[in-house]
Parts: sequence; structure tokens; C-alpha cells
Amino acid sequence: MAAITIEKIERTFGATTVLRHVSLEIADGEFLTLLGPSGCGKSTLLRILAGLDVQTGGSVAIGDRVVDGVRPKRRDVAMVFQSYALYPHMTVQENMSVPLRMRRLNGWQRLPLLGRLLPGTKAVHAAIEIEVMRTAKALGIGHLLARKPGQLSGGQRQRVAVGRAMVRQPAVFLMDEPLSNLDAKLRVQMRAEIKELHKRLGVTFVYVTHDQSEAVTMSDRVAVMLDGELLQVAPPQEIYADPDDRRVAEFIGAPKINMLEARVRDGGVAETAGTSFSVSPEASLGTGLALGIRPEAFHVVEAGGHNVLTGAVRLVEHMGSDLFVHLDVPGTDHPVIARLLAERAPQIASGQTLHLGVKPERLLLFTADGKRLRPKNHATAIVVQMKERQQ
Amino acid sequence: MSTQRLSPPSAFVRHAVLLITGALILIPFVWMVSLSIKPPGEIFRASFSFWPEHFYGVENYTRALTGSPLPRYMLNGVIVCAAILALQIAICTPAAYALAKLDFPGRNLLFALVLIALLLPHEVLALPLFILGAKLGILNSYAALVFPYVVSPFGIFLFRQFFKTIPDDVVHAARLDGFSELAIVWRIMVPMALPAIIAFGIFSVVSHWNSLFWPLIAVSDQTLMPPPLGILVFKNEEAGNDYGPLMAASTLVVAPLIVAFLSAQRWFVEGLTGGAVK
Amino acid sequence: MSMTVPSVGQQGKSSQVPLASSNALRRHRLAENFAAWSLAGPALLLLVFLFFLPVFAVFAIALTDWQFGASSFAFVGLANFREVFADEGFRASFINTILYVAIVVPGTIILGLAIALLIESGKSCRAFYRAVHFLPFMATLTAMAIAWEALLHPTIGLVNQTLTSFGLPTANWLRDENTVLPVLAVIGIWQNLGYAMVLFLAGLKSIPQDLYDAADIDGADAWLDRLRTVTLPMLGPVTMFVFIVVALKAFETFDTVQVLTQGGPGHASEMLLFTLYRESFEYLRTGYGASVAVVFLFIVMALTLIQARVMDKKVHYQ
Repeated sequence: MAAITIEKIERTFGATTVLRHVSLEIADGEFLTLLGPSGCGKSTLLRILAGLDVQTGGSVAIGDRVVDGVRPKRRDVAMVFQSYALYPHMTVQENMSVPLRMRRLNGWQRLPLLGRLLPGTKAVHAAIEIEVMRTAKALGIGHLLARKPGQLSGGQRQRVAVGRAMVRQPAVFLMDEPLSNLDAKLRVQMRAEIKELHKRLGVTFVYVTHDQSEAVTMSDRVAVMLDGELLQVAPPQEIYADPDDRRVAEFIGAPKINMLEARVRDGGVAETAGTSFSVSPEASLGTGLALGIRPEAFHVVEAGGHNVLTGAVRLVEHMGSDLFVHLDVPGTDHPVIARLLAERAPQIASGQTLHLGVKPERLLLFTADGKRLRPKNHATAIVVQMKERQQ
Repeated sequence: MSTQRLSPPSAFVRHAVLLITGALILIPFVWMVSLSIKPPGEIFRASFSFWPEHFYGVENYTRALTGSPLPRYMLNGVIVCAAILALQIAICTPAAYALAKLDFPGRNLLFALVLIALLLPHEVLALPLFILGAKLGILNSYAALVFPYVVSPFGIFLFRQFFKTIPDDVVHAARLDGFSELAIVWRIMVPMALPAIIAFGIFSVVSHWNSLFWPLIAVSDQTLMPPPLGILVFKNEEAGNDYGPLMAASTLVVAPLIVAFLSAQRWFVEGLTGGAVK
Repeated sequence: MSMTVPSVGQQGKSSQVPLASSNALRRHRLAENFAAWSLAGPALLLLVFLFFLPVFAVFAIALTDWQFGASSFAFVGLANFREVFADEGFRASFINTILYVAIVVPGTIILGLAIALLIESGKSCRAFYRAVHFLPFMATLTAMAIAWEALLHPTIGLVNQTLTSFGLPTANWLRDENTVLPVLAVIGIWQNLGYAMVLFLAGLKSIPQDLYDAADIDGADAWLDRLRTVTLPMLGPVTMFVFIVVALKAFETFDTVQVLTQGGPGHASEMLLFTLYRESFEYLRTGYGASVAVVFLFIVMALTLIQARVMDKKVHYQ
């Protein structure tokens, strides 16, 4: 049992606050990803979980135990580092044996040369060797045990780093951007392997990345962090379809979500960019709103009007089955980007005028302070709809 | 300078000049070796020949090795250099690790002390260190030759710079793996910093093998003298007239470092100038 | 916030957890500091006892009339320094040292630079030439001084034999007060030029090839033009550095004086470090010796501080 409870964690470095009141509960056996741009505090949070960094306030419990002030070694966690942090002067076999040796041999037995002569040392070494071999084989690096890290490719080093964490059979796996040093093809492959590993081991994984495709493909839940704050924790699809916060909506998704600044005219209609959209009747008159429209929420319509954006095509990018159309819409700062299915949007050329319709239920509304504005029934409808699709 | 090819005449001039300067540089070495294999009669004859008419090397080198405690001097040199280096590494690497990788109150002050100590010329300290040695009653012993050097500010500085280049993640991984801080120093940092350790080792051994100033102050007993002091005593006893054995002894004192230098040139140049270039 | 965030923070049990953890954290910090200080402690202690207390002691002793072995001493203020500067021997030693440095530093820099330029201007035998010229720097100077003495021997030395064979005047190099200091300086240059050469070689390597290409295009393609427009200006910082390092080495010259001349004839070859040694440890004039040490310290510290300033512009100790 190794659920993790993070309570009101704060971390400051001098005057700068890196983490502010982060609270999070991670279930036993869950794959949770901390997602955010670099500098958002996600790695610091992971290091606090590992005991490598110390929070300035708040508390962490792993399993039933509050681990504040407990040394990393005694926390029953293993970690895979972005740089792998393999010991360059040790062979793969030695690298993977280290965590076991440190736990199973006492100080005397670990002495060089002399330790080997003490009773029991030999048997422990033999057992460790067998376990390392078994783990290495499971990771497909059994033939590399005698090599040193310098003689391995990036992918092989990555596996050794995972192997070193695995041999210990920890209750919690912490991974700090473990794939970011690999090339794109290998990254996709390792993504699947790590997911597979999680399934097989069934222990809790906390995974840190800035790459949203890693986050959505691997995780049970994604925790989005920005500027030291936890903005939303939810399953990947929900983070995308139903963001809590404007910053989450803007961070997740490529191409980026289109944001149109709008003003509510009267009950249920917001004006922007020379057109108007139906919004929830709760939006009060005269307030500023941001309308978030995902690029794929658009569809081509014949003429302008209500719930339709009209503009001149600036650029068309052919992406195989999809088209990315950049549209200059009068009254907006940035071009609006639409993702259209290629077969349904034939013959769009730059310069032409295009009308793009949006169904009102696909609009994401945000208040001026960035909070999501959900019409009472509407939001739950989306969630229910999405959950159904999941099952 | 540029890598462009020199024209044949300038290439010839380059070799000619460098061969001449090189030969001039080597004259003292050549003369030393030449005298060390000549009989007294030939030494005092006005002639240029490098190779003697009668090879007298065996006699001279035998005299050097048996007429003075030269083997003892060499052994003392080895013992003193080894003791100094071992203690320097044992004391400097943990401090350098703390300075490079740990965050603790007083760290900047400690580093400032190291930098200041780095600037102090050691000869200035000789007088108080001599008094300290006398008070401790360790003058005229191996301990007297070793104790002023057990901590090397240069070593701490050099190792700190090197440790800084080792990623923090390696230290973190070691902590997660269960290493104690001292074990991280010995099992992780020192093996990873081997190039710096070797460079420092060469610097330290060359300095202390060649050092005359402090041994002259610290020991008076012939059985404790390191090679430079020993050979100075040998010279004074021989009254400068018996050049053959004296040159043989000089050659034997210089030889170990020269041989080591020629077989690991790059390391030596790095070790002896690395601190300056860094 | 969202419906999906399990918000532990709002539950009642949280109130005392941060309190408990702050104790744990303080313990953690203490343990960390203890670990750091137990690693750095021995070095700190030894630095204090072997470097800092001795420096203070030198200053303190310099203000007393203490003689080593005497049971009492008195505070004499700056009397020792007055005596030092009034002493003809010390003045000679001081001037000799300055003269020696004034010969050795430019000699070493010019020769070291010339040889480095020659070595770097071609590709063949670089390692060989470098090794040959570097050899004196790491050879035991005491032993090599004895070899130099044989070379300079008035009758059987190679130097005088050669001069005689060309019909040139000879000298008793180490016993003549006009020649002894220049001869020691030559030995100083001989020993240090390899060191300067290696530093210059490193400096030359760091000059980007682009600059030479640019000079070529600008028409500065003759060897001397390239040297003037690119090489020498780019070597400026290295040269400054070599200047200081060699000056420090020259100031600290002791072995050759001790082995070859003992400061003689008269005071003609006495230098600061030899004076320091002789006064402190042969004559056991402890207070006087300490004053010489203080003077020496000020000279060397001034040089090293200049060096630190120069190096600070190139390297940041971070």
C-alpha cells in the first residue's frame, strides 16, 4: 500500500516561491503525471517526494507514514533521472547492484576486499547477482551487464536507469523527464514500455514531464502545474475537453486553443470579432469573457452569421488527413487556427474568405480572471458524455 | 597559430631553431650524465667529448649509491610524497565535495578561506610552522616533513571545480541508493574525478619530491632527508671535487620524474599547469 | 477548484501535520549541516592551524625581539622593520631580487612565446619539442643546480672551455659579483621558459581559426602581419597571466642561491627568500626573520591580487 498524500506543500528559495500550497492525493498503483512547462515547480515537487529536497511548509505521507525529514534511502521510493545519473565508473551490473548492496549488506560487509571475506557476504552477492540478471533480462539489457554507461546508447542507458530503480522493488516509482534525452522515435517506443512496466509492477508511478503527448498517452491522471500552482488534476481526456482554468486550456493541445475576448451583450449572447456566439444565460450583462475554441471545433459553413467566424485565409497547412487553416479575423490579435478534415474542406486557398461555424456546446468560456465558466447542466453533460465515450 | 602548411624553407628554419634551442635546454642534462660516466682524469681534462674514453659509469654510480645514503634519500622521498598525497586527498576531497554539492551555513566563508590560503606563499609560514613543530616535538621526523602540507588549498579548489561539473542528479541517485555522504565522496565523486585526482597527484608529487626549502628547516638527520636535501649534503661533503659520483647521484635523483614525465607527458603538463590555466 | 481534485487540504486533520513536519524539517536541516561540517571540518581546522594562525603569528613575532629558544621577549613595535630596511644586507637582497625578477620575467616570456609560436607554426614533432623545452621545469632544481655548477666551473666547465676555444674571455661565473646574478637569472629562465611555453601554447590553441581567415582576406597574410594583427593581441590576457605567474616563481627563488652561491660573493647574489631562511633558521633571529617574511608576503600578495583581478575577468569561480 503506497498511496501518496501531499498536503499544502510550499517551497521557497529565498524570495522566490516555487511551490504554493500544493495538495494532491495519489492512489496506490496509480500512474500520475505532473505536467507543466519548465520552471513550474514539478521537478521540485518530485524531489520533495523523494526526500532530495525539503519543503518549507506542508507535509508528505507515503503509505501510512509521514515522511517529512525521512532520508531518501528510507522512503521506499526509486527514481529515474532525466540525465539517468548512472555511475560512469561502474558497469551496468554494478550500477544495478548498488541499491541492493546498500540495503542488504552492513557497513563491514560493504568494505572493499575485506567485506568479501566476512560470513554471509558471498551469499548476498550471489542473490543480488541473480536478481540483477533477472531484471536486466526483463528489460532486454542482459547482454550489456559488463559494459560501462559510456559504451551504451541513449536508449540502453535509459533502460539501465529504469533497471536500477526496478531491482529495489520500491513502493513508488518517481520519474523525472526520463524520455527527454531520447530521439523522437525511441521516445514513442519507451513510452509504451514504461506504460507496460507500470501495468506489470502495479506500483504507484509519479511521472514528471513537460511533454503533453507523454502525459496524455501514459497517465491515469494528469496534474497540470503552472507557476508553482496545481491547476487541475484529472484524467487526460478531461484535462483537454473540460479544463478548469484558462491557463490549462492554453497549455494543453497543439495547435493551441483559440482565445477570443468577448463581451456579453444580453442574456446568452457574447459579441466578438464582428460576430456573436450563444453563451450560457448565467453570464452577466456587460462582463468580459474569453471564448476558447479548440481548432477542431470548427466546421465550414456557407455564410456568416450567429455562431460563425468569418475571415480571410492567410495560410493553409496540409497535414495529411487534416488541414490547419490560419484565418485572419478582423478584431482579433492572432490568426484563428482551425483544424479541418481534408476531405470535408476541399479547395481552400489562401486569400479566400472562409466562414467557420462553432456549435455553442463546444465553446469553453472563461471569466476575466481565467476561471472556467460552466453553465450548470452543460458542464456535467460534457463530463457524462465523455465518460460514456470512455467506457 | 594557423594550421596552414609552411613552405619547405620555413619548415626547415622552424626545425633548425627548435633543435638548437632544444639542444641548449638539454645541455645541463647531457653534461650531468656525461660527467657521471667519466673517470676523474677525464673530467679534469679540457675536452668536449660526451662519451668517455674509459667508461667509468659503474664506479661512479656505485659510489653514489654506497658512499652516501642515496637509496635512503630516495626511499624518504617516496614515503614523504606518498604520505602527503594520501593525506591531502583524504582531507581535501570531502571538503571539496561539501563546498561543491552541499548547502550549509558558512560555506561561502569556508570557500573564501580556501581562496585566501591559496594566495599565501608557503615559505612565509615556515617560521611559525617550525615553532609549531618544535612545540609538538615532531621536528626531525617524517611527521615534520609532512604536516605542513596535509591540507592543500589548491587541492580543495581544484576538486571543488571538478565536482561542480558532476551533475547533481548523480549525487541524488546515490542518496536514493543509500550511500552516506562520506560514501558518496569515496565511491562516487573520487572515482568520477579521477582525471583531476591524477593531475593533482602529479602536481603534489613533483612539488614535494623537488622541494628543498622546508626539508632544510625541518630535518637534520641524514636518515630522514628527502633527495634534494640529501644530495645537497652529499655535495657539501664531497667538497665539489669528486664530480663523477656527485653527477651520478644527481642523475639518479632527477631520473624518476623525468622517466615518469616522458611516459605520461600529457598528464604532467596538465597537472603542472592545469591549476594555472583553470 | 475542480470537482476532480481530491482536496485533502480542506479536511480537518491537516491542522497539526505542518507543525509536526516543521520539527522534522528542522531535524533534517541539522543533520544536513552536521554532515557538511563533518566533511569540511578537518580541512577547515587544518587550514586554520597550518595557514591562518601561522600568518597571524608571523605578524605578531615581527613586532617582538624574540629569539628562537629564548624564554622571554618584548614588544618592540616596528623596530624590526626599521632594522630590516636599514640593513645593508637586506637592501642588497631586496635590490638583487628585483633585478633578478627584472631579467627572468621578460627573458622567460619572450623565449617562451617565441618557442611556443615556432612549435605551433608547424605540425611535425610538436610533442617532442614541447617535452624537451618543458623538461627543466619538472626536474629537481637542486640536482640540476649541481649540474649547472659543473657547467660553469671556471676551469673544467663546458662554458669556459667553449669560450676559450673561440678565443673569448672567460669568467669565474659564480664567484664574480658582476656575473653571479645574471647567471642565476639565466638558470631561472632556463627552468621556467618551458612553463611559459606551455601556457602560451594553450593560449594559441584558443585563438579561433576564423580570425586568421579574416586576416587573410583583409590582406594580412604574411607571417609577421598575422602575428601582429591576430596572434599577439589575442594573447594579451595569457601574457598578463604568464607575467604574474613567472614573477611569483622568480620572487620565490631559493634553491639555486642555496646550492650555488649562498648569497655570495658578499651579498651579490642574496635574494629575499634566502635572507628569510638565513636570518630565521641559521642565525635564529626570529623577530627579524619574521619581519623579512612580512615584507616578502606583502610583495607576493600584491602580485597575486593583481593575478586574481586579471583571472577574475576570465574565470568565475562558480
